[in-house]
Amino acid sequence: MFGYYLDLALRSLKRNRVLTALMVIAIAVGIGTSMTTLTVMYLLSGDPLPGRSAHIFYPQLDAETGKGMVRSHPADLLDYISARDLWSSGKADRQTMTAEALVKIQPVEAGRHPSMIDTLTTTSAFFSMFNVPFRYGGPWQPGDDEARSRTVVISERLNQQLFAGANSVGRTLRVDGNDLRIVGVLDHWRPTPRFYMVVGGHGASDTSDLYKPPHDLMLPLSTALDLHSQFSWFSCWGDVDPKNMAAAACEWVGLWVQLDTSATRSAYRDYLRDYDAQQRSLGRFDHAPNIRMMSLMEWLDFNQVVPKDVQLQTWLAFGFLVICLCNTVGLLLVKFLGRSGEIGVRRAMGASRRDIFMQCLVEAGTVGMLGGIGGLLLAWFGLWLVRQQKVAYADVAQLDPMLLLVTIVMAILASLLAGLLPAMRASRVPPALQIKVS
Amino acid sequence: MRIDIRHVAAALRRHRTATLLIGLQIALACAVLCNALFLLSKRLELMSMASGVDESHLVALSLQGTGNDLGRDTLLRIKQGLRGMAGVESVSMTNAVPFTQQAGEIGFRSVLDDPQYNQQGHFYVADNDFIRTVGVHLTDGRWLGNDEAANSKSFLPSSPSILMSRSYAQHIWPGQPSLGQVLFADGAQRRVVGLIEDLARPNPEPLILHNTVLITGSDVLGQVFVLRTDPGSRDRILRQALDAVARIAPDVVVDLDYSGTLSELRDRYFASNRAMAVMLCGIIAAMLLVTALGIVGLASFWVQQRRRQIGIRRAIGARRSDILSYFQTENFLIVSGGIALGMVMAFALNIVLMKLYEVPRLPLAYLPWGAVVLWVLGQLAVLGPALRAARVPPVVATRSV
Repeated sequence: MFGYYLDLALRSLKRNRVLTALMVIAIAVGIGTSMTTLTVMYLLSGDPLPGRSAHIFYPQLDAETGKGMVRSHPADLLDYISARDLWSSGKADRQTMTAEALVKIQPVEAGRHPSMIDTLTTTSAFFSMFNVPFRYGGPWQPGDDEARSRTVVISERLNQQLFAGANSVGRTLRVDGNDLRIVGVLDHWRPTPRFYMVVGGHGASDTSDLYKPPHDLMLPLSTALDLHSQFSWFSCWGDVDPKNMAAAACEWVGLWVQLDTSATRSAYRDYLRDYDAQQRSLGRFDHAPNIRMMSLMEWLDFNQVVPKDVQLQTWLAFGFLVICLCNTVGLLLVKFLGRSGEIGVRRAMGASRRDIFMQCLVEAGTVGMLGGIGGLLLAWFGLWLVRQQKVAYADVAQLDPMLLLVTIVMAILASLLAGLLPAMRASRVPPALQIKVS
Repeated sequence: MRIDIRHVAAALRRHRTATLLIGLQIALACAVLCNALFLLSKRLELMSMASGVDESHLVALSLQGTGNDLGRDTLLRIKQGLRGMAGVESVSMTNAVPFTQQAGEIGFRSVLDDPQYNQQGHFYVADNDFIRTVGVHLTDGRWLGNDEAANSKSFLPSSPSILMSRSYAQHIWPGQPSLGQVLFADGAQRRVVGLIEDLARPNPEPLILHNTVLITGSDVLGQVFVLRTDPGSRDRILRQALDAVARIAPDVVVDLDYSGTLSELRDRYFASNRAMAVMLCGIIAAMLLVTALGIVGLASFWVQQRRRQIGIRRAIGARRSDILSYFQTENFLIVSGGIALGMVMAFALNIVLMKLYEVPRLPLAYLPWGAVVLWVLGQLAVLGPALRAARVPPVVATRSV
């Protein structure tokens, strides 16, 4: 029966090509726009550390002195002393510090200009905590953090750029006037967002920069302090000597801890409270406790990482899809009722209402299928357009196989939904009257 | 024959479902259209914001690193070299210019010793050539004297005098004269001695465009050089300036992302806004197209269905123009109904967007615009089918179909 309906549908669609084209275009454009925006939304709001993100936490304290009142939120980063104390306590299952610095790398070949690179300065546990994949070599060892070793890990991209993709482990890189030994080269790694360095998202009007690719250069925080690297800071509240950030009254270091059980979590919260109280009694903190510990996903939510423009676009695109569907309902109605004569004949020859209803739905579904294919092409083109934009997440806007399926299914479902009312109306066409008229 | 609206409405009642559908589609289109037009205008407004400097004359070079890291000698040698280039009218060294990186965001107090009055603003710290080079305009008070910036190791020079963007000063001291007011920033009191025509912050955002303070002095260091030249020579000056820096200080890295003519920097800064504006235009255009196609489809069907009736009416004396205006009136009624519902939905959508994305309230002025666009669209879309209807000959009435 389905085959027969499909045949009827195709004949009917061919008979009135203009109307068919109008419906297919409406569905294709609606589906294409909403799938483009939905794909971007989906890719940007995913879990950057699947399976582990629930165990990763971001402790925060408020070390700023002399400001007289407690802020509504503790600063996004910690001062070095607090971060270092908490990190070296080893109270969590794993812990790492993260800070950003701008360093100068001298070219490997002579005659080329030096360049400045945003660098992640961290500790050895970073790589195991966040499942960072290596192509060559591996992370530096915990001993290197203590010894302030002149070691560095570089990204796949920088390795390609400097060493044409060859195994560069053991070679040296001149960073801020010092020779650092390459101990590891990362494999392809593109967490979205760059979760380990999400700062200043809440309240920002554009958060797309939080989706930059990971840093090209990673070196021990202790080493960078030794080299007097130029660290970036979140806020400062006293005199700042940029050459001695370890003692500066600045918030510039992030601390990530891995806590695997709820027991360790509550123990760590207690520990933070104790630490805060102890620092107050020592006179280093001078206001009421302002402690917070969010999980990784909570922290991303708090920072509202998904850019507002992307969310707005998704809303508008779905509003547009509803309009396209309304349009299709209208056109299908016109199409089915325009064939009242034919339907009347079929009814008189014994077709039940249900048969007519099914036949109409098959026709609507066929339109949806065609619209879905068109929508897929449009979504593919739309994502290409997104990739041409100068935004940090442009490179991740790729059609996902899951979403490919969703697109087609959504188009067919949408058109079936749109066909419901017209099909119902068509199935109510009385047989006798129509035959009389024609 | 006059068209009686009651007759048209009575005919529509016989096609209730189709009429409601097209009306609903127009209502949705009206809601999305009003909001999209409003968002678009907000973007365009932001992209064309005043920067307070003579953009068409300016070229900026940003060096990587802060003024202190780069060293006084290097910076002065670079400035000397840039000033010597043919076609350069003047050069200034500053921590930032509009559309480069934020470099002097500082929290300060507008009421001394009262933490309740914390404010955030961007401080431009520049040498004495800044005002002449970028073309800042004084609206009130006086310029800073050449000797007012005392050197200091801390973030800001210890200068006791500052200039402020006028609207920002009014924002901080509403209803009071802002000249002569004192604020407390980076460990020192600073008095407002002059108000300038609004100078944009380096990274303007929708609600914070001009919260800027300007401190100039003879001994400040900055990592951004801004060059004044005539508009036609900007590209040449940019290339020569990059060469000059590479020659004078081969170790210094120029941050190409934040170097260029000011017009280029503005374009780059608003790139994502432009992308959003293009996207909004695309949605608006596609939506109008789909709505128009829907009207064409439905109207064509009705014309076909009523061929016989049209023929009869023509046979008993209706003119072609009567038939034409019948369909136009019908369309006007449907679109008007859609618009009425659409206006309510436009406000509902706006309230949702306001809650979720800090979009401002939709001004009433957008509603008539949305209505006019849809009325015109409806009339244009129905014109084709209506003309076809008007061409139906009276003889149709005598034939049986």
